[in-house]
This record gives sequence, structure tokens and C-alpha cells, in this order.
Amino acid sequence: MDLNNVLGFPILSLSIFLPMFGALVIWLFVRGDRAVRWAALAVSVATFIVTLPLAFMFDKNTAHMQFEELHPWISTFHVNYQLGVDGISMPFIILTSLLTIICIISAWECIQTRVKEYMLAFLVLETTLIGVFCALDAILFYFFWEAMLIPMYLIIGVWGGKNRVYATLKFFLYTLAGSVLMLIAVLAMYFKAGHTFSLLAYMDYPFDFTWQFWIWIAFFIAFAVKVPMWPVHTWLPDAHTEAPTAGSVILAGILLKMGAYGFLRFSLPILPDASQYFVPFMVILSLVAIVYISLVAMMQTDMKRLIAYSSIAHMGFVTLGTFMFTQVALEGALFGMISHGFVAAALFLCVGVMYDRLHTREIAAYGGVANVMPIFAAVIILFAMANVALPGASSFVAEIMVLIGTFDASAITQRICLYR
Amino acid sequence: MQETATMLSTTELLAIPGLPLLAALTVGLFGWALKEKLSHTITSGCVIISAFLSIHVFMQVLAGASFYGNFWSWIVSGDFVVNVGMMIDRLTVMMMVVVTVVSACVHIYTIGYMHGDPGYSRFFSYISGFTFSMLVLVMGNNFFTLFFGWEAVGLVSYLLIGFWFKRESATFAAMKAFIVNRVGDLGFAVGILAIWYYFGSVDYRTVFDMVPAFVDQHLTLGFMGWQMSALTFICLALFVGAMGKSGQVPLHVWLPDSMEGPTPISALIHAATMVTAGVFMVARCSPMFEYSDTALAAVTLVGAITAWMCATIGLVQNDIKRVIAYSTCSQLGYMFVACGVSAYSVGIFHLMTHAFFKALLFLAAGSVIHAVMAEQDIRKMGRLRKYMPITYITMLIAALALSGVPPFAGFWSKDLIIEATMIREMGWVGNFASFAVLSAVFMTAFYTFRMFFLTFHNSDRVPANIKSHVHESPKVITIPLMILAFGAFAAGAWGVLVLDIANPDVASGYFGTSLFVLDAHNPLMMIAEEGHHPWYHFIFSAPFWLAMGGIGLAYAMYFRETAMPKQLAAATGPLHTFLLNKWYWDEFYERFVVKPAQCAGTLLWQKADLAVIDKGIIHGGIVDTIKAGAAGMRRAQTGFVYHYAFAMVTGVFGLLTYLLLKA
Repeated sequence: MDLNNVLGFPILSLSIFLPMFGALVIWLFVRGDRAVRWAALAVSVATFIVTLPLAFMFDKNTAHMQFEELHPWISTFHVNYQLGVDGISMPFIILTSLLTIICIISAWECIQTRVKEYMLAFLVLETTLIGVFCALDAILFYFFWEAMLIPMYLIIGVWGGKNRVYATLKFFLYTLAGSVLMLIAVLAMYFKAGHTFSLLAYMDYPFDFTWQFWIWIAFFIAFAVKVPMWPVHTWLPDAHTEAPTAGSVILAGILLKMGAYGFLRFSLPILPDASQYFVPFMVILSLVAIVYISLVAMMQTDMKRLIAYSSIAHMGFVTLGTFMFTQVALEGALFGMISHGFVAAALFLCVGVMYDRLHTREIAAYGGVANVMPIFAAVIILFAMANVALPGASSFVAEIMVLIGTFDASAITQRICLYR
Repeated sequence: MQETATMLSTTELLAIPGLPLLAALTVGLFGWALKEKLSHTITSGCVIISAFLSIHVFMQVLAGASFYGNFWSWIVSGDFVVNVGMMIDRLTVMMMVVVTVVSACVHIYTIGYMHGDPGYSRFFSYISGFTFSMLVLVMGNNFFTLFFGWEAVGLVSYLLIGFWFKRESATFAAMKAFIVNRVGDLGFAVGILAIWYYFGSVDYRTVFDMVPAFVDQHLTLGFMGWQMSALTFICLALFVGAMGKSGQVPLHVWLPDSMEGPTPISALIHAATMVTAGVFMVARCSPMFEYSDTALAAVTLVGAITAWMCATIGLVQNDIKRVIAYSTCSQLGYMFVACGVSAYSVGIFHLMTHAFFKALLFLAAGSVIHAVMAEQDIRKMGRLRKYMPITYITMLIAALALSGVPPFAGFWSKDLIIEATMIREMGWVGNFASFAVLSAVFMTAFYTFRMFFLTFHNSDRVPANIKSHVHESPKVITIPLMILAFGAFAAGAWGVLVLDIANPDVASGYFGTSLFVLDAHNPLMMIAEEGHHPWYHFIFSAPFWLAMGGIGLAYAMYFRETAMPKQLAAATGPLHTFLLNKWYWDEFYERFVVKPAQCAGTLLWQKADLAVIDKGIIHGGIVDTIKAGAAGMRRAQTGFVYHYAFAMVTGVFGLLTYLLLKA
């Protein structure tokens, strides 16, 4: 098989393992909080620079995987170390490496206990996140997907708020329960598709509808928990509220996108018939997420909970666009994920700033911030308006594309009416 | 970049919105480092240049130039393409001139009005930003640039209403404006999406060219048993947006509250320009509205209700700015009635004259408020004439124009609206609209002069400690007043006599092809066929006498202090209270919209999310089942060796028995 890699250089491996390697070096050789902070920042900036060629050297004229790598890993079971990115995954890698820098900077002052462990957790988290977006082998994907839980679990559980143990457990169990089903689905595909774990092979293999149906459900549970879609969303507000600022940033910015990315990477290309079949179901869940969750968000008195619920509603737009089967809606969904990665991350950072000064997340206690912090007030208005999707903001482009695509997909709307 | 019929300079066109944007960004980002003088020089300078450029473009367009072209692409995804481009025709240039000239006057006025305010440069940055947004709104060549401007002016309006954010009432008014507008925007967005869905384009020209053929297809859409023509649906959805932005019933509630903002923006945004965006949009979309009688009837009806209802509320208000604010709602209603009866040219004409005299009225009111130390209650003013003669004269001109007294600007446009409404046959909607616009003339004249007499004549009720400070405003305030007063005096006659706005054949009048009217609808044509001499309207028409009656009644009741107002209020008891409480719209929304929405939110959160999903299913269902199962299993693990030995023996015994029996 020819590998499509313009660089002829394992850039994806480097992006994945540079943070890990950096974490190892920091763990072994760096002493003192100050030094650790600078070292972690250096590693994350280096990783960001390494990922940049992915954007600049990216060939926009092909739908094939790029920057591919392939090595046997566990040859007995045909598990390969197979990496590659396409237009769907590439932006997420850049977003991850960028947000990690921001997370490390944002923790500069406000994390004073166990600084080294905190920085290590973030660097390891970065490795697993980039890994998820690069992996083209189902086992490798599963490996990174699950490994991601460990640092995130620690970040919320160690540096979180008062109720952190409850929130972490909830987060962990929810995600784990979903992932187990994903493992079963992957194994089922392995045996069905002729002993391979390659996603590209799965995409070419014609699974019959019954198989698709059951595998789709297993994947759905795994991804829906991560997105999160209604009604398996209740872990998110708790996790967000208890997480430290940077934890919320990475959670909203990247982790939520993994679920939607899963739909795009697994459900749509590998299980197209089942995905088509489940469109009404997905549309209804997405619409419930948008309307129901928005109403809930409206009543929140806790700023972080408010943004958490608003994230769920925005992800509803993403899943809606994903399952509209029109180009505009799909691109809108992708765009929405990237846009939300910036906007929600920024909003959580803003809350973090206020929490540091006021030590409360109650919106009612925030009155008068503009008097003493006018520039900050301007910034938070900017991001709030971006969250509202005012034209000119990235989220407007995303939402309007999803809506346009949805209007175009009126055939599907008719189907919903038929199913009624 | 493709251009057709380009005679206008692209650079000039880009500079018109570009300069205010540049000024807004400069002052907005570096305002903290700039002195007051530099802040207002940059912003006012840019806007004044922009105003002169607009006038220059206006002259060129009068001479026959036009522009239609795209500059950049905004969203490209498959077939879905949104560009940033401009369409400059006679409708656009009129709006451009109104926006930039009023904005320039307001900029200059602000130098005096906001002097010493801690947010001085922030304020200038906002109003320049507003000018940019409004220009994008009117100059764009597709529905997305329109929507961009639409939302951007809404944002700036929100920021400016809440400008004095230390006042709680101001921040709440700002939120109210933003949220009510979002309701309208929802309709607007649905309209745009439907346009994309049916026409496959969002460019004005492409869409409007397709409309006649589209009408012939008789496409309908059904929803729960209702059938509606697709075009009607689109127009109604767009009009919902216009109702939000232009303060039409039932989405008018934010506009009077927006008076919490500083007075210059009440003049610029909430009287002259932003709130007229809805009227502009309907006129711009005249090629679509013309083909939908249902939509036109809806526009007429909503406009007529607003014109009438807000006039009744204006009769009893005591806050000088609120009187004018309700008057704005009411006059916007007139403009919509004009559009609804297909007299778009007259609607835009009234928009133009109204921009001058209403901005003037607000700025003069601001001058008064400035003089009496931020007091806005007209019951605490009186006899201010002798202290502020320029303000007095200019406000008198504005009041006469608003009342529709010839030859002031308001007369020309309002009289045409009334005639068009009365001559156009539209069934009960038409009859109601005729009644509404006629009776509102009387009320308008009455409340305007009630406010005017109470402020400048009547008895002197200014508290003694303030009276020593009362003075005429400085020149930076009075000069814009005089400029606008000239407009309020002459704009009407200029429009009819020089620009030929009221030409019955719209295509050969001022607006040319920028507005579209079906011949069968054209009320101006009907008026022309009726064949009255134009001068007839000066003295023989009903509106003239109604206006005179209103002024006369106000004179009798308020010119000198009389007991009549109190007696009248007592005599009409419940009605007076009803009007004073603004028809209880706020209470209605509180009870039937806000509370239910909050209840739904709380219910879904506390009951559905926390009680059912979390407690019921996750904790009660899954977690408890696993716990119970685990507790059962745990009981087996006692830790005593003989228990395990016993279990083993029993197991071995059972297995052996099974195997033996099977064999």
C-alpha cells in the first residue's frame, strides 16, 4: 500500500509523542514550580509548531488521508500503528495543540498545588487527544480514546472544586460505559470484515444492514455520551462546574468534539445505511438538545453551568448538521465544532478569570465587573456575542450553514413526518 | 469581482462605510490613551467625510450612475455561496444620505452632550460603529449582508442602551431590546433561509428577477392543515424581523424602554435610522411583497395598529423622551401602512422626513434635559422658552413637522400616506387603516404640542435649585439642531417638488426601478386619476384640520395652566390608567411569555434533568441495581474457609450428580 505522506517524515508521530516525551523529561529532570511551568509551556509551543505544517502542507484537493504512517503493532491480531489525517481531523489537531498552550498559560497563577503533576497531566492529555484524531486503526483509536480518560480524570479529581469526586466518577463511569460498547463493536467489525482493524478497510467493506444496525447502536452510545447528546448529557454540567478552568477549556474545546468526530469517522463512512436509517432519531435528539437544553441553560444561576448547557445546545447543532446528509450542513457541523472550540474555551477562560477574583460562579454576584475591568468586560461581550452567533462571528457561519443544509434536506424532513 | 453598469468609484463606495469602521476601531481600541478631543475629532471627522462622500454618490446616482458588484466571498460551501457586495441605487443612496447626515449631526452634538462622561471615547466608538453597521445594512447587495448589518446595529443598540451600565434600569432595558429583537430576528432568519431554499440564491437581483416566474408556479407550503403560498410565507417571515427591529406591535415594547440610553443615540438609532431598517427592508423587497396580497395586508394591519395604539399611549406619558419614543413607534406604523398599501416611495419619503424632524425633536429634548440637570419629567419643566430660544424655535419646527402642518416636511409625506391609504381598496384592513392613520393625526398633534407647551410654556415648575443652572446649550449642540431644523422644514417640499418622489408612476419618479409597484396596486396612480389640484391638500383635506384640532386642543389645555388635564384624567379614570400603563403590554409579556418560559426551563432542569434522568434513571435505576447486585454477591464472600469449602463440596457433588445422570 502506498502511503500518502508529502513530508516523508513521521510528523504525526512526532506531534503525538512530543508532549509525552516532554512530560517524561519534565518528570525526571525538572525541579521547581517555575521551571516546570516554563518547561511545559516550551513543550506545548514546540508541539504547536510541529503541528503547523499539517495545515500549511495540507493538500486541499484530495479526500484521501495524508501524512500517513503504517507500522505493524500486534501482528498476531493484525493490529497496526496506522496514522493519517484528512480535512476532518486536521483542524482538530491544530486546535488541540493551540488550546493546550492556552491551558498551560491559564494555569500559570491559579494552580499552586502539585504544579508538576498538573502540567504532566495536560501534556499527556495532549498526546492522547492528538492520537485520537490521527488514529486510523480501530484499536489504536480505542487506545487513545480510553487513555484520554486518565489525565482528564486526574485533572478534575485532583484540582477540581468542592464536589469534584462525584463529578469525576460520574464523568468516568459515563464515558467508560459508552466505550465498552465501542470495543465490542470494533471487535465485531474485526471478525466480520476479515481480520483487520483498519478504518480505511472498514469504509470499503459492505456490511449488511443488520450488522450496521447493531454496530451503529454501539457506536452511538459511545459517541453520544461524549458529545454529549440528550439524554446522556448530565455528566457534563457537573464535570464542567467542578473542573479547574483549564480542564473546562479542554473539555469544551476538544473532548466534546471527539464524540462528533467519532460520528464523522465511524458512523457515517463505515455504516452509511444505518446512519441513514437513524436520521430521524438523531434529528429529534439534536432538536431536543437545542431547545430543551437552551431552556435549561436560561435558568442557570451558575456561570459555568450556563456555559456547559449552552455547549450541549451548540453540539446539538453539530449533530443535526452531521446527520443531514447535505454537504453544506456537514461542513457547517465541522465548522461549528472548530468555532465552538474557540468560543466555549474562551468563555470558560473568562469565567476562570472572574472566579479567581471573586471566588464564586454565581452570575448574580458578578454585577459591576465592567466598572473595575472594562477591557475584560469588552472581551467577554465579544465572546458572548460570538456564542449568540451574531453575523461576523464564526459560529454564525456554522449555524447558518447547518440551517441552510437542513432546509435543503427537506426530503428528510418529510421522512420525519412519515415516521411520526 | 464582477461588476455591472459601474460608474461609481469602488474606492469611494468602500470608504463610506470603511471610514466610520476605521474610526470606531481606532477609538474603541485605543480610546483609553486618547484625549477627549482626539477621540471626537477622529470619529466625527470620518463620519463627516463619509457624509460628504454619500452626498457626492447621491449626486452621481441622480445623474444616472449605479453599482452592483461583489467584493469578497464570505461563505462558500458547495452551491451555497454568500458574497460581500454592494447594490447602489436610488433607494440606497437616499438611505445613505439620511444615515450619514443625521449621524454627522449627532456626532457633533455628542461633543457637547457627553462632555466629561467617563465613557466619552467608548461612546464615540459605538456611534461610529453604528454608522458603519447601518451603512452595511443599506448598501449590501444580498440578504446576508443585510442580516449582518441588521444584527450589528442591534448589537450596537444594545451596547448604547446599556451605556450607563451603572444604572440597573439601563442594563435591563438593553437586555429587553436585545431579546425582543432576537424574536424578530428568528423570523427574519427563517425568511432568509426560505429564500435560499426556494430561489437558490440570496442576492437581491437574482431573487427579485425570479419572483414573477416563481409566482406563476403557485408553490404552497402546508403546515398542520394550513396552506400558504411560499412567497407569502417568505414575506411574512421577513416582516416579523421588521416588526422586531422597527418596534411594531406586538414587538414594540423594547423601543420606549430604549430611552434609557443617552439622548444622542435615541435620536440617531431609535428614531432616525436603525428602527427604520424594517421599513427599508420591506421597500427593498417590494418586488416580493407586491406579489403577496396577504403579506401586504399584514403589513398594513400591523402598521395601522401600531400607529394608532402608540399614539394613544403617547397622549398621557410624562417623560419627555417617552412621548417622543411612542411617537416614533406610531410614525413607523405610518411608514409600514404606506408600504402595505404599495406606496413604498411615500413610505421611504416619510422615513426621510421623519429622520430629520424626529432626530431634531430628540436632540432638542436632549438639549432641554441637559439644561434642567437630567430631569426628564415634563411636569417638572415649564416656561423654558425664555432661557433657551434656539432650542425653543428648533423644537417648534420639529413639532410642527411631526404634526403634519404645511409646509413643514412631515406634512408632505404624511398627507400622501393618508391619501394613499384612503384610496386603496383593501377591505376591512383598509378601512381600519384609514381610520387609524386619520385619528392618529389628531392624537399626534395633540401629544406633541402637549409636550411642547408643558416644556416651554405653561407655568414655571422647575425646582428652584435647578433653575439657576438653566441655560441655552453651547454651539456644538445648537448648530446640529439648526442643520436638522433646516431639513425638518425643507425636506418635504424638496422631496416632492425637486426630487419628484411622489410621481404616480414610480418608475419615472425619483426612485426609478429601485422600487417595484404593480400598476393594479399603485395608490399614487389612483390619487392622480382623482385629479385634485395639489394645493387642495394644503387646506381642504381632513388631516390638515385634524392636526389643527389637535394643536388647538393642546393649546387650550396646556398653553396656560388650566384645570382641564386633571378633570379629563379624572373623568376618564380607567381609560387614563390603561393608557398610562401602556395597554399593559409589559405585564402581558411578563405573565404569558417570560414566566412560562422560566417555568419550562426550571421544570426541565429540576424535574427532567436532575430528578428523572440523574436521580431516577442513573442513580435509582442503574446505580442502585448494580449496588444491590453487588451487595448480594458480597454476602457470598464471608471470609470463612469452611463456607468456601462447603460451597466447593456442594458444587463438586452437584456436577458429579449431573454427569452421572446424563450418562
